[in-house]
Amino acid sequence: MSAHVAHHFDDAEQQFVTANLGMWLFLATEVMFFSGLFAAYTIYRYLYPEAFHEGSRHLDIVLGTINTGVLLLSSLTVALSVHAAQTNQRKLLVWLLAATIVLGAVFLGIKAVEYSHKFHEGLVPGAGFELRHPHDETFTDSGRVRQVELFFAVYFAMTGFHAVHMIIGLGIFITVLVLAIRGTFHSEYYTPVEITGLYWHFVDIIWIFLFPLLYLVA
Amino acid sequence: MAETLPRNYLNADYSIWSWFLTKDHKRIAILYLISITLFFFVGGAAAVLFRLELMTPKGDLVISENYNKLFTLHGIIMVFFFLVPSIPAVLGNFLLPMMIGARDLAFPKLNLFSWYVFMIGGIISIIAIIVGGVDTGWTFYTPYSSTYANSQVLLAAIGVFIAGFSTIMTAVNFIATTHTMRAPGMTWFRMPLFVWAMYATSLIILLGTPVLAIAIVLVGLERFFHLGIFDPALGGDPLLFQHLFWFYSHPAVYIMLIPSQGVVSELITCFSRKRVFGYAFIAFSSLAIAVLGFLVWGHHMFVSGQSATAGMIFSFLSMFVAVPSAVKVFNWTATLYKGSIHFDTPMLYALGFIGLFTMGGLTGIFLATLAVDVHVHDTYFVVAHFHYIMVGGAVMGYLGGIHFWWPKMTGRMYPEGWGRISAILIFVGFNLTFFPQFILGYLGMPRRYHFYADEFQVLNVMSSAGASILGIGYLFPLGYLLWSLRYGRPAGDNPWLAKGLEWTTPSPPPTSNFLETPIVREPAYNYPPLGDGEGDDLRQEKIRRRRQGEWHPTHPPREKVTSS
Repeated sequence: MSAHVAHHFDDAEQQFVTANLGMWLFLATEVMFFSGLFAAYTIYRYLYPEAFHEGSRHLDIVLGTINTGVLLLSSLTVALSVHAAQTNQRKLLVWLLAATIVLGAVFLGIKAVEYSHKFHEGLVPGAGFELRHPHDETFTDSGRVRQVELFFAVYFAMTGFHAVHMIIGLGIFITVLVLAIRGTFHSEYYTPVEITGLYWHFVDIIWIFLFPLLYLVA
Repeated sequence: MAETLPRNYLNADYSIWSWFLTKDHKRIAILYLISITLFFFVGGAAAVLFRLELMTPKGDLVISENYNKLFTLHGIIMVFFFLVPSIPAVLGNFLLPMMIGARDLAFPKLNLFSWYVFMIGGIISIIAIIVGGVDTGWTFYTPYSSTYANSQVLLAAIGVFIAGFSTIMTAVNFIATTHTMRAPGMTWFRMPLFVWAMYATSLIILLGTPVLAIAIVLVGLERFFHLGIFDPALGGDPLLFQHLFWFYSHPAVYIMLIPSQGVVSELITCFSRKRVFGYAFIAFSSLAIAVLGFLVWGHHMFVSGQSATAGMIFSFLSMFVAVPSAVKVFNWTATLYKGSIHFDTPMLYALGFIGLFTMGGLTGIFLATLAVDVHVHDTYFVVAHFHYIMVGGAVMGYLGGIHFWWPKMTGRMYPEGWGRISAILIFVGFNLTFFPQFILGYLGMPRRYHFYADEFQVLNVMSSAGASILGIGYLFPLGYLLWSLRYGRPAGDNPWLAKGLEWTTPSPPPTSNFLETPIVREPAYNYPPLGDGEGDDLRQEKIRRRRQGEWHPTHPPREKVTSS
C-alpha cells in the first residue's frame, strides 16, 4: 500500500473515487444554497420586471464582461493543471496553479472596483440608497426606487456570496500550490488538484448564471 | 480475562487528546452522544419550567416575555441540537461503517471537524440564550426575527446556521461511505435497513440544510446591511422566508424520523427472530419519504397568505407522503406476525414507536387537510401532533437504538429490569403529556400563550403531570446506563444473537472495527427458521444464561475486568 492511501481505504483508486464523490455531494449542497438566492431573484424579477431592468442598466457591462472572461480563463488553467498533474509535468502544474490564483485575484479586484463605484453612486441598499440618474424617468417616486433597491439587495447578496466562494477557493488553491511546489502531486496522486478544480468550476458556473441574470437583463 | 483483554477503541489510548483529536468514527459517536445528551437535558429543563407555568390558567410563574423565551429555547435546542443530530451523529456514526464492513467513514477528519462545528454552533446558541434569550419561536419567522427583533435572534440563528454545516458534513460522509466502502459481497440490497435510512436522511440533509442556511443568512443581511429581501417596507416578501424555512424544516422532520424508522426496522426483525417483511419496500419507502418530503412544505402555510391554489396542491401532495410511512408500519406489523417476539427493552421502545408514530402520522393527515387545518392551526393540536412524531417517534427510536447497541458500544449490558420500567414509564408519561393536548387544541387552545381559559386547566394539569413522569422516565436511563459502564455484565460479542456485521466483531469493537475485512455471503436478517416447541435461538440462549445466573438484571459482573 502506498504512503498516500489512508488506512481505511483498500487502494488508491477507491480513495480517489470517494474523494471525488464527496466533492460532488458538497457541490449539490452548494447548488441548493445558491438556489435560495435564485428563488428570491426569480420572485422579485417577476414582481418588478421594470425595476430589475432599471437596476441592471446601472451595472457596468464592460467590467462584468471582462470578469466573465477572466473567470473562464481561470477555469481553463484549472482544467490544464489537472492534466499537468496527471502527466507528471510538475513545473507546468505549478505555473498553471499560480496563473489560476492570479486570475482569481484579478476577478476579485475588478469586483471590488465595481462595488466601490456602486458605493459612490449611492446604489448600496440601506438608509443612504438613492437613484441619482434613473435611465427610466418614471423611477422617481420612493416606492419604485425601493424596488430598484431590492434589485441591488439581490445583486449584492448573489455576487457577494459568489465572491466569498472565490476567496475560499483562492485559499484552497494557495495550499494546493504549496503542495505542488513541494512535489506532492504526480500521476498516481493528484486528488486535491482534481477536487479543488471541481469546486472552482462550480464557482465559475454560478457566475455564468449570475452574469446574464444581473448584467444583461436590460 | 485481564490478561487476554483485547485492544478496543475505548482502551486504545486514554489521553484526553486521543479523544479530542480522534478520527475514529466510534469515538466521534461517543463525543456526539455526550454532547447531545447535555443539550437534551438543557432543552428538557425549559420544558419542565413551562409545563409548571401551564399548571394554572394565569401567568404566575414567568412573565410572557420569559415564557416566549422558554419555548423558543426548548424548540431550538431540541430540534437543532438534539433531534436532528441524534441518531445520525451517534448511532449512524458508530454503526454505519460497521454495518457495511468498512474500517471507518470515508472522511474521518471531516467527521471530527463536524463535531467541533456542531459544538461551536451549540455554544453560540447557548450564549444567545444566556445573554438575553430568543423569543421568536424556533421558526425565526420574519419580521419577528428581523424588523421587530428585540432579543438575541441573530446570535441564536448563527448558532443554528453553523450547526447546519456539521450535519451536512455527516451527510456527505455517509453517502460517500455507502457508495464506495462496502465490503465484498455487501450489495445494496444486502445492506441493513438502518443504512438505507441513513442514506435517505443524508440526501435530505444535503439538499435541505443549505436552503435553511441561505434563509438565515438573508435575515442576518437584512438586519446588518438592510438588504430588505424579506422586508415589505422595501418591497420584499416575508412569506418568502417562510417558504425557504419550511423547504428545509418540513423535510427536517424526516431527518429526525427516518433514522428512527431505520432503528425500528432493525429492532423489530431482531426481536421477532424473523427476516423483516418486505425488505425492498421498506428501503424504497425511506427514499420515497426523502423525495416526497421536499414537496409538501406549504402545508405549514395554509393560513399565512399563500394562494388557495398552492394550498390545495400542497394539501394533496401531503397526503402522498403518508403512503410510504404507512407501508413501513404495515411491514413492521407483518414482521411481528408469527414471529417469536421478545419483549426486551429495545423492543418495548420499538413497539411504542409504532403506536405513537401511527397516531402522530394519522393526526398529520388531519393537519394536511386544508379545512381541518384552518380550525386547528397554531393550536395545541399541532403541538401534540409533532410531539407524537418527534418525541413519540424519533426519541423512542433513538432510545431503543441506544439500548440495543449499548452492549456493542460499551461492552456492557444495561440492567434489563430498569430498562423495561423506564420504557414503560416513558410510554405512559408521554401519552399522558401529549394526548390531552390533542383535545386542548381541538377545543381551541392556541399554542405559545401562557394564559388560558379556566376550563382548560384539568387537561393542562394532566399534561404537566404526564411531563413529570416523562421526565423521570428520561432520567432513569441516564442513571443506569452510566451505572452499567462500571457494573454492567460483560455483554459478549452478540448478546441478542442478532444478524448484521456489527455483531460479528468484539464488543467494544477494535479501532479498525474488523480484525479482517468481512465477506458477505447472505442476505440481511438471515435468521434461522423458527422451529416449533423448543423456541427460537435467542430464547434458548436466554434460558442457558438464566441457568448460569447471568441474566438477572442487577447481577454483578461475572468476571472483574481490569482496565489496563
